[in-house]
Amino acid sequence: MTAHDATRPAPPPAGAPERKPKLATVSLAGCFGCHMSFLDIDERLFTLIEHVTFDRSPFTDKKEVGECDIGLIEGGVCNAENVQILREFRQHCKILVALGACAINGGLPAQRNSIPLSSLLQAVYYSSPRLPHGGIPDDAELPLLLDKVHPIHEVVKVDYFIPGCPPSADAIWSVLRDLLAGRAPVLGHGMLHYD
Amino acid sequence: MSKTFTLDDKRIPFEDGQTILQAALAASVYIPHLCYHPDLEPHGSCKLCTVKVGGRQTAACTLRAAEGMAVESDTGEINAQRLALVQMLFVEGNHFCPSCEQSGDCRLQATAYQLGMLSPHFDHFFPNRPVDASHPDFLLDFNRCILCSLCVRASREVDGKNVFALAGRGLKTHLIVNAPSGKLGDTDFGGADKAAHVCPVGVILPKRRGFAVPIGERTFDKSSIADYVASRHGKRGGEK
Ligand code: SF4
Ligand code: FES
Repeated sequence: MTAHDATRPAPPPAGAPERKPKLATVSLAGCFGCHMSFLDIDERLFTLIEHVTFDRSPFTDKKEVGECDIGLIEGGVCNAENVQILREFRQHCKILVALGACAINGGLPAQRNSIPLSSLLQAVYYSSPRLPHGGIPDDAELPLLLDKVHPIHEVVKVDYFIPGCPPSADAIWSVLRDLLAGRAPVLGHGMLHYD
Repeated sequence: MSKTFTLDDKRIPFEDGQTILQAALAASVYIPHLCYHPDLEPHGSCKLCTVKVGGRQTAACTLRAAEGMAVESDTGEINAQRLALVQMLFVEGNHFCPSCEQSGDCRLQATAYQLGMLSPHFDHFFPNRPVDASHPDFLLDFNRCILCSLCVRASREVDGKNVFALAGRGLKTHLIVNAPSGKLGDTDFGGADKAAHVCPVGVILPKRRGFAVPIGERTFDKSSIADYVASRHGKRGGEK
């Protein structure tokens, strides 16, 4: 299977521009599982780094997203900060990719969607024996929760999707290779999973 | 010599009374379908089996095959419409595959794989549908119901029990259990019922089975639904 072949270099970007394409990644309402799966491309990371420069990402710890060619979004949006970051990514990334189940359909965090937010906060902060005097946190620093968790395509235009919880390293690698080669990514049987 | 019709570029033999879908499956040719089961009367409701005959769209599970018919099925246009139907099914319910015991054995999921669904495209409804765990051996998770009515027909036609029904109209259509309490535990539903084994998704689930077969080793992890369905129908002349 070619996707496993770490020794084979990724095809050169279409038009062979001088500058390396920039890649940004972020986790919104996700668990970082998709990022872990990204790291599971293992030694193919060396190949990748020959072809891209990482911009904002947990890998660089850069806090602001610059002008980028590809942005990978893990997680859906559950609070106001998620929405703001997602919009910044959309503004700055030529190609925006939804990475994993939560970005695509809300995933696990969206399982709260059938319960009113107030009941949830009550249940967590008033009925927990460990938080007897807690109260619902309302520090201005804390991002405001949305009443529902939404997939990212309900907020911004998304160009490509990599399903999976998490998507396999092979699926992520395959999409990145296609994008860097200027092709529309295709995920065939075996690469396409929702679980 | 048997009668035939053409399905895309293939010649399909049929017997009088067979529908397009029945004849295609008997010839090991897959047409996507969700509300059809070989042992039950066709329902013609999911529209996944939509094909074009003489330029008109029709359900392959309800239209009888006729000599010389020219049927289009595996075309870009029809598959795009099927994909949109599947996407609508995904957003209407709560289909959270990573936590679903049926993942990998689910026909909705497998059909979506087959059609190359990468995202649900539409806005999610996120409906509130509580589960029914009242039965000692079976769980009902209504979040995943696609209203195919297979359980309704199986219970009525085969089991002679009438445990399930579709209630409401249009967007409000939903599956109910025919008991004064509305609970499965208050019916005579049992594991030997046909209705316990026809749900194409993960609504009617046996308890204490869970993830006995791990994710990744399940039916549609191993083969595409097209290959699986076509081979089973073709060889055995009927699905389980
Ligand atoms: S419970 Fe399953 S078999 Fe019954 S209508 Fe819903 S999806 Fe169909
Ligand atoms: S299988 Fe024909 S309409 Fe559902």
